[in-house]
Amino acid sequence: MPEPLLQIDGLCKTFHVAKSASGNTRLKALDGISLTVGRGETLGLVGESGCGKSTLARTLMMLETPDEGTVTFEGTNPFGLRGKELLSWRRRVQMVFQDPFASLNARMSAGDIVSEPWATHRSLYPSPRERQARVGELLQMVGLRPSDARKSPQEFSGGQRQRIGIARALALNPDVIILDEPVSALDLSVQAQVLNLLNDIQQDLGVSYIFISHDLTVVRHVADRVAVMYLGRIIETGNTEEVFDHPRHPYTAALMSASPKLDVTGATRDRIVLKGELPSPLDPPSGCRFRTRCWKAQDICADAAPEPRVTAADDGALHLAECHFPLETIKGLTPATTTAG
Amino acid sequence: MKTAAQTVLPGKTRAQDVVLSVRDLAVDIRTYRGTVRAVNGVDFEARAGETLALLGESGCGKSMTAKALAGIMDPVCDLAGGEIVLNGTDLAALTPKERLKFAGPELGIVFQDALTALNPVYTVGTQLGEAFRIHQGLSAREAKVQAIELMKRVGIPEPESRVNSYPHQFSGGMRQRILIAMAVALNPRLLIADEPTTALDVTVQAQIMQLLRKLREEGQMAVVLITHDLAVVAEEADSVAVMYAGNVVESGPVSQVFSDPRHPYTKGLLESVPVHVERGAHLKSIAGSPPELHDIPSGCVYQSRCPLVQEICRAERPRLLPVNGSATNNHSETLPPRPGRAAACHFSEELNNA
Repeated sequence: MPEPLLQIDGLCKTFHVAKSASGNTRLKALDGISLTVGRGETLGLVGESGCGKSTLARTLMMLETPDEGTVTFEGTNPFGLRGKELLSWRRRVQMVFQDPFASLNARMSAGDIVSEPWATHRSLYPSPRERQARVGELLQMVGLRPSDARKSPQEFSGGQRQRIGIARALALNPDVIILDEPVSALDLSVQAQVLNLLNDIQQDLGVSYIFISHDLTVVRHVADRVAVMYLGRIIETGNTEEVFDHPRHPYTAALMSASPKLDVTGATRDRIVLKGELPSPLDPPSGCRFRTRCWKAQDICADAAPEPRVTAADDGALHLAECHFPLETIKGLTPATTTAG
Repeated sequence: MKTAAQTVLPGKTRAQDVVLSVRDLAVDIRTYRGTVRAVNGVDFEARAGETLALLGESGCGKSMTAKALAGIMDPVCDLAGGEIVLNGTDLAALTPKERLKFAGPELGIVFQDALTALNPVYTVGTQLGEAFRIHQGLSAREAKVQAIELMKRVGIPEPESRVNSYPHQFSGGMRQRILIAMAVALNPRLLIADEPTTALDVTVQAQIMQLLRKLREEGQMAVVLITHDLAVVAEEADSVAVMYAGNVVESGPVSQVFSDPRHPYTKGLLESVPVHVERGAHLKSIAGSPPELHDIPSGCVYQSRCPLVQEICRAERPRLLPVNGSATNNHSETLPPRPGRAAACHFSEELNNA
């Protein structure tokens, strides 16, 4: 594994909500998240809506303060920084948002949008001439023309807007870019263009990506490692091939199985259709959080939360799954595949 | 394509029955910049017990086609021509008032966003029972009994108590089930599903698709599934019509279209999906973006993005014409040969050899 750049340990975040059906007012969005991101690596973050993906992204951007746990970025805790040090840290972690229509200010030109981060980080490109040259460079890097700097966002298509968003994230030469569903709002033909662009940028600049997506096909293509989230916890993590080919947690297996495949050989495959829906994070089930939808659940799953256990270490890389009864192989699932909803 | 359905063997008619036949459908939108044609000469057929997918990217006219079929177009849209023959009746020739009789008993529609499609101030029981009250003249009490039955049919737990709940009290997946229940309440012959799972998570999407399959089988409905997701088409549909800039550019059985595309757009779409590609490897993509509706070129609609473009493509718009079945075409099944493939490309044969 590459040298760890960002290390997250036992991160917790609880939100207080006014009122819920059960009377519970504490919503535990993150419940002990531990992750590492290596330099130049892509970490895929997968999970259904409401599982805490975006809260994690916001916490890493320092838009939320964690209640517990630590974030270590090259040996320092960003939440302990102040003033100039904090400013220089913020420069190094940037974000690309999901909706390219909502994330660009319609009253600014593309050039202004890309150069706006320098209004805060003044020392980066002090002279206007340097800035203008750099805007041109950045636009070229993302496949637009330097002359596009004068146009406003409305004049661009969805894919081109997302390119502007990527150029803005690159403006501060960050080390980590958090990509929150960067291609899910784009049409398929444009999605491939943007994925190629992100890949080229990573090759050229060696930047690390945290790639949040619900599209498993895309994650499999871009990520070196994958972390699967369920109700505020990471329930499985490991190398992409390892997790996709040999999922150990039943939820991961179900998620893989539920996502439609572009396979026209006509082979009917066994599909795990989970019962029910994601429980409310206000009232997570006791013990293992997945037990209410799991076909392997036993009494112990309600009583004790499973510890993350190493389920495979063939190639030296960790493959962790939080399950009392991790799956041996995907083929072992077949008898339970008909659990209908 | 037109005659294929009539040449079917008598024993096979049930599965092959053409429920909906759309011919040369055209829809205009009046805008400040002039009238644009959003749907242009669309042809397809939907058969009982089968799913036809209308596949395309945003703005290609697939939802507009669905709205035209259901007769619920926005006021700025006009049906500019064509036939919508549902069980022998041309819906396009009817007045809006006459069409109302078909909405429900003959044709049901499921929308993408269940929360906006349901009325927030009525209970789901009231909304589910509405179809029975209007079309069958049932009383409120009788309609409620029917509503509970419907909720059971679509797998909503505890229907007796949930019938009095409001839409906001249901989860996204359950709301979508309610919407599907409303669409199938009167056992229509045709179900139009407009991106029914786009707003849902994958595990819930799998549940909804399973439900739609079950209902289709039970009622021998013809399903028109509108989607942008190639994988959903591959898994759920029997045949597919690929749309681009308001035109059907390719159609045929899904297994054949996806394994042997005859239009460069279909081919490009299939190659854009990151499967069977090494991780991190360069993906093939389609350069550029679709044309604006008020700026559609006079020749082939795909000319600006097509790798095979020639002079004839700029001069003449290719018609949707039958193409030869491929070598992979499997005739060994007991079913009669499927209605043929069609593609709107001057070079569809060359694409096969490329």
